[in-house]
Amino acid sequence: MTELLARYGSLLVTATAETLYMTLISTACAYLLGLPLGVLLTITSKGGILETPRFNAAFGWVIDMLRSLPFMILMFFVIPLTRLIAGTSIGATAAIVPLVIAAAPFVARMVEQSLREVDHGVLEAARCMGATRWQIVTRVLLVESVPSLVRGLSISTITILGYTAITGAVGAGGLGNLAFRFGYQRYEKDIMYFTIILLIILVCIIQTIFSIIAKRSDKRQSV
Amino acid sequence: MIQIEHLTKIFGEGTAEECVALKDVTFTIADGDIFGIIGMSGAGKSTLLRCLSLLETPTSGCILQDGVDISTLRGKALIDAHRKTGVVFQGYNLLMQKTVADNVGFPLRLAGKKKAEIAPRVAELLELVGLADKASAYPAQLSGGQKQRVAIARALASNPEVLLCDEPTSALDSLTTKQMLALLKDINAKLGITIVIITHAISVVRTICNKVAVIDASQFAEGGETKAIFAHPQSNITRLLLGKDEAREA
Repeated sequence: MTELLARYGSLLVTATAETLYMTLISTACAYLLGLPLGVLLTITSKGGILETPRFNAAFGWVIDMLRSLPFMILMFFVIPLTRLIAGTSIGATAAIVPLVIAAAPFVARMVEQSLREVDHGVLEAARCMGATRWQIVTRVLLVESVPSLVRGLSISTITILGYTAITGAVGAGGLGNLAFRFGYQRYEKDIMYFTIILLIILVCIIQTIFSIIAKRSDKRQSV
Repeated sequence: MIQIEHLTKIFGEGTAEECVALKDVTFTIADGDIFGIIGMSGAGKSTLLRCLSLLETPTSGCILQDGVDISTLRGKALIDAHRKTGVVFQGYNLLMQKTVADNVGFPLRLAGKKKAEIAPRVAELLELVGLADKASAYPAQLSGGQKQRVAIARALASNPEVLLCDEPTSALDSLTTKQMLALLKDINAKLGITIVIITHAISVVRTICNKVAVIDASQFAEGGETKAIFAHPQSNITRLLLGKDEAREA
């Protein structure tokens, strides 16, 4: 055990850092794109404040098309774009490009789901108070749905963490890469177990942090 | 003064599900009135309130507020018109993630008022509705009656000329209902604001409304001074509403 840690310790630390780097940056970028897309999906739907059924149907279809591509295939498919943006198609930074493209539509649907939970009556009340559409989005929709958005954020982050393991298998570094090279190609089971334990710990930490934030931000309980 | 003239609202016009919610409704609400709009469920009174609160555009006819047709406004003019009318909803429709004080000050925030300007106004409104001690509570921590008080304070924040109330007491118990009606009467006396109350309960109209309009089957049945209408009802629906009520009270 100690011998194993001495041999692979620094590798594990580097790999964990790479995984966290890819996960956090990709999640942030995916929300930068996905949050406005999710808002657009919500407000253009039937009964929304910018109801446009045809646009909504077409737009929803594009989002779901992107979501239906398996991540592995999407990753290869966007390599030219990855080279264009990151300058290379290998390494952790390059992996962020396909990760964001895969996660943004997923995030858009997650955000849409959260925003739909906001009571329609509250939106009408805001209209009656003289809120503009922009104010309804920024002051009502996005504020009233914070607890749900945070819960969605935890699901998205963990999903993206899972995706990073796949990018690892094709040379992007991180825990997935370590598990693939040592666990699969060299069949060293110990290091495979280590990466699995590390991944479980990471997921638990992420879930716990976001659960606490979601609970704290939720003012709907009468305590 | 609000003049409702030949107001007609048809949902899904020209389709198989065409539904006439309001048909040629005409009556006038004078300044300072506590005006009751009463009718059975499905009579069209909620649609009427949605037209008055500018959430629905009438199919034909118009709503004149001080001589201006407010039913077809758009853009900036619509937003200004919204600010002149406070709405209290049956389901309160409070912002659950905001404190009582932030809820009450919300219309002012939307209007771009400064925080320093909003705070004293919010304090004054909470005092008016008797919730000064609940400023930093969240709606989930309040009772139904308290939530409705917050909703009333919020509706009054931008100094509207009219307060529209949609079934303001139907979710409340009888004692809370009495207190709520007393509060509305008090607000009407103190601020001189016109109050329009949509209700199916004849007791609400009898308790605080000086004028009443009876809506039946999408049409205006009769209206006028509450005392006169209730003493000598001309339409069957009013007699029915009064009769039902008396039977229940007996």
